Amino acid sequence: MRGVAAERLTPSVMPHWQALRRRERWRPAEIAFWLGLAAVFFVFPKHLVFASQVLITGLFAMSLDLILGYAGIVTLGHAAFFGLGAYSAGLLAKYGVHEPLAGLLAAAATAGLGGYLSSFLVLRGGDLARLMITLGIGLLLFELANQATALTGGVDGLQGVEIGPIFGLFHFDFLGKVAYLYVLAVSFTLFVLVRALMMSPYGLSLRGIRDNPRRAVAIGVPIRARLTNIYTFAAMIAGVAGALLAQTTQFVALDVLSFQRSADLLIIVIIGGTATLYGGFIGAALFLIAQDRLANLSPEYWLFWLGILLIITTLFLDAGVMGGLLRIETLVRRRFGIR
Amino acid sequence: MSAVLQTRDLCKSFGGLMVTHNVNLQLQAGARHALIGPNGAGKTTLINQLAGVLAPSSGSIWLDGDEITELPAHERVQRGLARTFQINTLFAHLSPLEAVTNVIIERQRRELSVLQRRFFPLTHRRIELDEAHELLSRLNLAQDCMRATRELPYGKQRLLEMALALACRPKVLLLDEPAAGVPEAESEELFSVLGELPADISVLLIEHDMALVFRFAERITVLVDGAELLSGTPEQIAEDPRVREVYLGKRRG
Repeated sequence: MRGVAAERLTPSVMPHWQALRRRERWRPAEIAFWLGLAAVFFVFPKHLVFASQVLITGLFAMSLDLILGYAGIVTLGHAAFFGLGAYSAGLLAKYGVHEPLAGLLAAAATAGLGGYLSSFLVLRGGDLARLMITLGIGLLLFELANQATALTGGVDGLQGVEIGPIFGLFHFDFLGKVAYLYVLAVSFTLFVLVRALMMSPYGLSLRGIRDNPRRAVAIGVPIRARLTNIYTFAAMIAGVAGALLAQTTQFVALDVLSFQRSADLLIIVIIGGTATLYGGFIGAALFLIAQDRLANLSPEYWLFWLGILLIITTLFLDAGVMGGLLRIETLVRRRFGIR
Repeated sequence: MSAVLQTRDLCKSFGGLMVTHNVNLQLQAGARHALIGPNGAGKTTLINQLAGVLAPSSGSIWLDGDEITELPAHERVQRGLARTFQINTLFAHLSPLEAVTNVIIERQRRELSVLQRRFFPLTHRRIELDEAHELLSRLNLAQDCMRATRELPYGKQRLLEMALALACRPKVLLLDEPAAGVPEAESEELFSVLGELPADISVLLIEHDMALVFRFAERITVLVDGAELLSGTPEQIAEDPRVREVYLGKRRG
């Protein structure tokens, strides 16, 4: 057995090991972030439906960040997996299985299968080819769902989605209280999983592949297999996010598969900051809140401001809003001599 | 002694252009073998075929008695064939410690469980981190092992090129111009690293710096226009008039 605690380190590595260890630990800001999300439940009881949408979009954005930020795979069709998950959960609930967790599992399985199969098409080309192939797959699925009205309801959406109580105990209520806690619990669980994955040797190897695929091959990394793997996993999470939307709204609209959703998601991740774990959630919150506020004034202005926001973040913020926040943190720490 | 790495009638052409022409290279166990030749002689093309990033047009490649002509590049590494690059090909955003640990974990991956690889943090891999640090110390990179690779001075980056290849624990090491671009003042450090390579590693060195080649190599192969001109000891090569003509000096008068 290669025990962990028993192995002693050479003293000279010790400080480096400690520095790496510090990066892996949960920071106070992270704990505050999740506590803040829990506090939303009490502070904004009338906006929980909207808050759930933000979280779901954040989770969906995190799944894109896994492949875009950590593995360097560009895509314009990530909504395909969101939609697969939404329809899987919706159809399952419509045709008899009302347990929400079963819906999540079904969504993860379907979207994961979709991700695995499509990865062989997506991962062969360069960036431009990947954009086009993911776009193509997204359009294809959208049109299939649009035409298969008997199954999906087409443009009218999937009606009659009935979701039972969670664990047979907690019924979804009209104000979306249970729904918010449910979405928060699922998002947090998946976040913890993803965080562990990115801090692990596997996460390191992904960063290596993004950094320099030629070298990654030259040190023996089976790149294709690893990218297929992360692509599948990201698709599963996107599927779960789609399922959460289907379950909490008890409806599946055709636009879960729309190109607009994929494109918005890309914007969200880039504004929030790629490869930062939290960028997806931050970006989703900024995007949806801004959209909500500004679109009320005038829809044209929304796109105008969005355009400005995009240009500014791309030009001036290295890794989006999260990158900016991290830079401020570094400056403050340096200023006050905190490690 | 048997050949650890061997090519048989290896050919590579791009369109009508023959860049590797019936090369029969033999790398003996523990060899210090240099591959020289003028610019455009096809040295790097040959290395790329050996490493598996370029498929030969015909002929075969053998590692330790097994044919590896069709084997994907990453599997060749697992079988003990590692390389460095003429132009730095590093993980710019990782620190040297992370990069070398990454290599070591990749090498050990079959001995680690899924949990260890995916869900336990990197700092649980103490043995691998320790080994990485030890290797970096040997190459005088210990002080810089936590900086981002892209911030390292060029000479240090050249050494890291070697470190990444050595972390694979190769049986055969292909060095593609390790001294390329290294200023005179820093090249001594590189020389000594080359001199201290473990004796059981067989080395194929491509190099333009003739001083380095003649200091390091016990056997030299001269490649001209993709074909082997001749192979021999450094003395034989230095004295051969054909080599003088095509490579060492075209100054006639």
